[in-house]
Amino acid sequence: MSDLATLTLAGARDALRRKKISSRELTTSFIKEVEGARGLNAFVTETPELALDMATRADARLSRGEAGILEGVPLGIKDLFCTKGVKTTAGSKILGNFVPTYESTVTRQMFDAGAVMLGKLNMDEFAMGSSNETSAWGPVISPWQRKGSNTPLVPGGSSGGSAAAVSARLCLGATGTDTGGSIRQPAAVAGITGIKPTYGRCSRWGIVAFASSLDQAGPMAHTVRDCAIMLQAMSGHDPKDSTSAPIAVPDFEAAIGKGVKGMRVGIPKEYRLDGMPAEIEALWAQGIAWMKDAGAEIVDVSLPHTKYALPAYYIVAPAEASSNLARYDGVRYGLRVNGDDVIDLYEKSRAAGFGREVQRRILIGTYVLSAGYYDAYYLRAQKIRTLIARDFEQAFEKCDMLLTPTSPSPAFGIGEKTDDPISMYLNDVFTVTVNLAGLPGISVPAGVNNEGLPLGLQLIGRAFDEATLFRAGQVIEDAAAFKARPDSWWK
Amino acid sequence: MSVDEKTVRKVAKLARLAVPEERLAPMAGELNKILAWVEQLGELDVNNVEPMTSVAKMRLMRRADVVNDGNIADDLMRNAPNAIDNYFTVPKVVE
Repeated sequence: MSDLATLTLAGARDALRRKKISSRELTTSFIKEVEGARGLNAFVTETPELALDMATRADARLSRGEAGILEGVPLGIKDLFCTKGVKTTAGSKILGNFVPTYESTVTRQMFDAGAVMLGKLNMDEFAMGSSNETSAWGPVISPWQRKGSNTPLVPGGSSGGSAAAVSARLCLGATGTDTGGSIRQPAAVAGITGIKPTYGRCSRWGIVAFASSLDQAGPMAHTVRDCAIMLQAMSGHDPKDSTSAPIAVPDFEAAIGKGVKGMRVGIPKEYRLDGMPAEIEALWAQGIAWMKDAGAEIVDVSLPHTKYALPAYYIVAPAEASSNLARYDGVRYGLRVNGDDVIDLYEKSRAAGFGREVQRRILIGTYVLSAGYYDAYYLRAQKIRTLIARDFEQAFEKCDMLLTPTSPSPAFGIGEKTDDPISMYLNDVFTVTVNLAGLPGISVPAGVNNEGLPLGLQLIGRAFDEATLFRAGQVIEDAAAFKARPDSWWK
Repeated sequence: MSVDEKTVRKVAKLARLAVPEERLAPMAGELNKILAWVEQLGELDVNNVEPMTSVAKMRLMRRADVVNDGNIADDLMRNAPNAIDNYFTVPKVVE
């Protein structure tokens, strides 16, 4: 039996193919881990019977030599992906009893590739949050704790259940989605790897929509290689999503190991924020040194409109959300509260079904799109988005990728930032630019701070050049030799 | 620009969201904090900048205009909170 404490997705895949272990054995072990970690609140729905059934079928295919990319590998699925016959809530009361009758394209592709689903993972309501505290099903507790303290910390968000489940080793990988940083920021603060691919790389069909021009699915796992394997299965053109790119998917895993010798790594000076914690500054300097040691050329670049990205995002994302969330009306599906007339029914159902942050964003979005304000807010934000994308285009004339910190701080305590939305929004200051420009970004664990909490480095690439991020991400992973693990206090 | 209780009431109506009277003032405060923060976008001169309407540099893909799905009424009704004989129900709208 493989040791779950060190097993990677790639290692499990290889062991399954060499028949050193069966998917049923592996899945049974992980089901026990999931059951033993309920205190973390990472899973909102456990599907052990389905998992064992999928594992049995994977074993049959393995024995016939028909293994898919993820054959027999137990994974967790963020509760934003519609899963046929399995409750999908998006972390919201309004979808509290919603059971999709269809499968999202990304999960369909993963299951076709042999993946085993252990269950659905907790998340911020409709993916709106950076700490997993807006979930209708309660916060996720990070497996990580500060040295000598048992203060419960957040796992980051919005893919907080995914980050916690992977870092607590309850599954070998998990799907996430990233609208402003929701894969990369939780990956960074939970000490795992996560990539937001280029907009259009993964189909959005069947993923509960938040902000359609920003949303992308991606993998979260222990290593860069594990993410490459998962993304391979998740990617590809889907006619059901009109923004899905009809572009061939390269062999991501094959890019790993090629190193970065002779590549140019850009360092954007605007990411050096006033008052940035010294530990983040030091980590970034360390990352630059690692890249230099590996033979990369370091280039100073400028992304002059960086400071406008977050405020522009908080116009674009709520505007799109207010439109996307208009579908929850208490009539066709979802929570219903009866009213005196149909308008009253809509208003009461939505007030009862949506949590506080979601309501706040719907109101902001409705306001910035309302007559008389559209030009001042939404149109202006769209123009700023053009400027931000142009900044990246100009930077990529001088370099092949950018290196930045992922998150401005390590994990914080539950409840520490919930009173001030803007201080919460600032968690995404280094990640949100990438969504606005539609580019790929990867976060790789790079070290721990003096309290023992993980910190991540982010690499940003050209559109559809995830291969370079896997290649360079592996260089950081090798140099960092990140071995820190949370103590298993929840067991 | 800042919003008052009256504006919050109007926007909540547009958003079909019941906001209780006592929540209007605090909500106006919360929204104003966010709006004051995004105000910094006004610093930039964006007169000659095209708005980004599509993040991907490609033409929107189209599917063939053919029927390729259907006869799934039961699936469509399965999550309806209140249905009668494959009809969604709402309170009476015609007197």
